[in-house]
Amino acid sequence: MEQDINIKITDREGVTHEIQAPTDMAMNLMEVVRSYELAPEGTIGVCGGMAMCASCQCYVLSDTQLPEMQDDEEAMLSEAFYVKDNSRLGCQIQMTPDMDGLEVELAPES
Amino acid sequence: MIKTDILIIGAGPTGLFTVFEAGLLKLKCHLIDALPQPGGQCSEIYPKKPIYDIPAYPEILAGDLTDKLLEQCKQFEPGFTLGERAETIEKQEDGTFIVTTNKGTQHHAPVVAIAGGLGSFEPRKPLIHNIASFEDKGVEYIIKDPEMYRNKRVVIAGGGDSALDWSIFLSDVAKEVTLIHRRNEFRGHLDSVEKVQDLKNKKKINLITPAEVIGIVGDYEVKAVVVKESDNIYIDKEYELECDHFIPLFGLSPKLGPIANWGLEIEKNAIVVNNALDYQTNIPGIFAIGDVNTYPGKLKLILCGFHEATLMCQAAYQIINPGKRYVMKYTTVAGVDGFDGTRKEAPKAVVKAIK
Repeated sequence: MEQDINIKITDREGVTHEIQAPTDMAMNLMEVVRSYELAPEGTIGVCGGMAMCASCQCYVLSDTQLPEMQDDEEAMLSEAFYVKDNSRLGCQIQMTPDMDGLEVELAPES
Repeated sequence: MIKTDILIIGAGPTGLFTVFEAGLLKLKCHLIDALPQPGGQCSEIYPKKPIYDIPAYPEILAGDLTDKLLEQCKQFEPGFTLGERAETIEKQEDGTFIVTTNKGTQHHAPVVAIAGGLGSFEPRKPLIHNIASFEDKGVEYIIKDPEMYRNKRVVIAGGGDSALDWSIFLSDVAKEVTLIHRRNEFRGHLDSVEKVQDLKNKKKINLITPAEVIGIVGDYEVKAVVVKESDNIYIDKEYELECDHFIPLFGLSPKLGPIANWGLEIEKNAIVVNNALDYQTNIPGIFAIGDVNTYPGKLKLILCGFHEATLMCQAAYQIINPGKRYVMKYTTVAGVDGFDGTRKEAPKAVVKAIK
């Protein structure tokens, strides 16, 4: 699919997966992870994508331009564990064509 | 011992609708839920968020959906065991089950319907290396009895509604309340934030931000917490803050919990059922409905939970009333006879001659 972008996701076991993510299905990064089952169901996207649980926290490894953090994401991350400077919530990152080459690592389950 | 026809584990939307469908078949229900109120995730995580895919509701708030479901099943008088987690299940010789909660409450039923969603909500525990050794010795993740904090020095950590609300409440009870949060901004109802600001100004709440608790000091009981105050620019200090209680309030996260040890077949953190026939598990008499189950094609949607609950009740009827005849009736035709003696029915057609 020409709308697909290539991204790299390192799962919680440290395995890196090179996958194609559609950009025309209104999918966010958390949903991409779930669609490829890179983390067990029930351990990611627990709140469904409302920035209310931080189960989709990931570390952004590439210098890809990402949408700016909104208040609710920032607030959730301030209450989450294992947070680093490059932490983001996957559910708040919508897949767009200019994110081709994005590399992320899933944060530990907590 | 609480006796019922269908024991439902989980009082979320699927569990609540089961009460209605079972009631139409004259089966009585009792629900167990680890949360103190019914509604499951709809009440606990997102009561003020809208849902758009409940049939006939173009938009409904999750909290309102819970209220409507409670109203719909009210005449079937469901029993509730709230704030307790189903811990063990024992199959009796006659095929019935006894389910016991973590507080020892026993429930006896011929059919058990697990409608547990993603599991029971457990507090999220901060990553402090020695926190486990102080649990119930000064560290509490859930406030059960506010009186135990009377005239004590309390440290609360967190930045959401529960951290704000309990800080406000305990400022009248405890000797000293300190609220610690990693940021200056709090995420909570505006009036709670303003109230804390007011109490801080009146020196009734001691606010430390941006900071976090990184250690606990004490022998056997909590004597102090180690606070790291840092804004990554100007402030960077660590110190001990004396206290009697440390209450980390970082929200709840669902865990399948003890149900995982009931001998049920589990896959992808969900209970495997017999391929959408009647949602029975590998143990006859135990069903799994709603988000907690899995089968080929499963979708974790509230509306799918309603359908699963309806089919499950038909199978439960056969178990509870073996061989007894029954045909499904439309509520419009048959009306709804409540266990409380109420009756709802369609108004009779008016027959009047035209002269």
